Amino acid sequence: MKLTIQVNEGPYQHQSADTAYYFAKAAVEKGHEIFRIFFYHDGVNNGTRLTTPPQDDRNIVNRWTELAQAHNIDMVVCVAAAQRRGIVDDGEAQRNGKDATNIAPGFRISGLGQLIEGGVQSDRLIVFGD
Amino acid sequence: MSDVKKFMYVNRKAPYGTIYAWESLEVVLIGAAFEQDVSLAFMDDGVYQLTKGQNTAGIGMKNFSPTYSALGDYEVNKIYVDKESLEERGLTLDDLQHLVWEDEDEDYAEKDSIRLVTRAEMADLLAEQDVLFNF
Repeated sequence: MKLTIQVNEGPYQHQSADTAYYFAKAAVEKGHEIFRIFFYHDGVNNGTRLTTPPQDDRNIVNRWTELAQAHNIDMVVCVAAAQRRGIVDDGEAQRNGKDATNIAPGFRISGLGQLIEGGVQSDRLIVFGD
Repeated sequence: MSDVKKFMYVNRKAPYGTIYAWESLEVVLIGAAFEQDVSLAFMDDGVYQLTKGQNTAGIGMKNFSPTYSALGDYEVNKIYVDKESLEERGLTLDDLQHLVWEDEDEDYAEKDSIRLVTRAEMADLLAEQDVLFNF
């Protein structure tokens, strides 16, 4: 089955970021195709490489990056939500005159149309959040 | 792109206090360009999103409620409101904005966008969707 996954909550703050990860991992291991993982609301904070959790805790951001790279998964951070919350890649830094970037490897910043396209193109769209 | 799907945006939270309602509306506006069969549902505290006379001056946030009246122009004209959610909060249809759309097929006659539905009817509507966005 072709799936799009929407993650609406931030890492560490809310279990949705963990549940979505475990769901995505289980789905690809079962042979399902993940068309896209779309990060929205505070979910965009899953995509900052500046996260530094304590050593004895899980690294949620690195975990996403590894999953995406291992299975060639498209991970998109919503641009409007990212701008509000300070998730920045090279293009956004240039456009908005910011002096730094923080996007983690395996993530890209794009528009909400990518979420709608996920709904159109996939067999199921699964939302993780409150 | 594949065939038209039934998209429903389910709004369950109060308009302010969290950003879910505003960012949900942003998805609806962008999604309108994709020419899917779109509807909105408002239930639980989500019914407060449609109340008229909102004033956010005291909380320093943008009052985005006027945007709902533009939905008709985006051909988003099926807005289902859960009747019980209204009643539980002491609200009636008169407390909500009068949202309308113009029907091209009937000489642009102005029609109501909001449809009050019972919880049981809402359950049926949810069941018939292809894609549900939950905010």
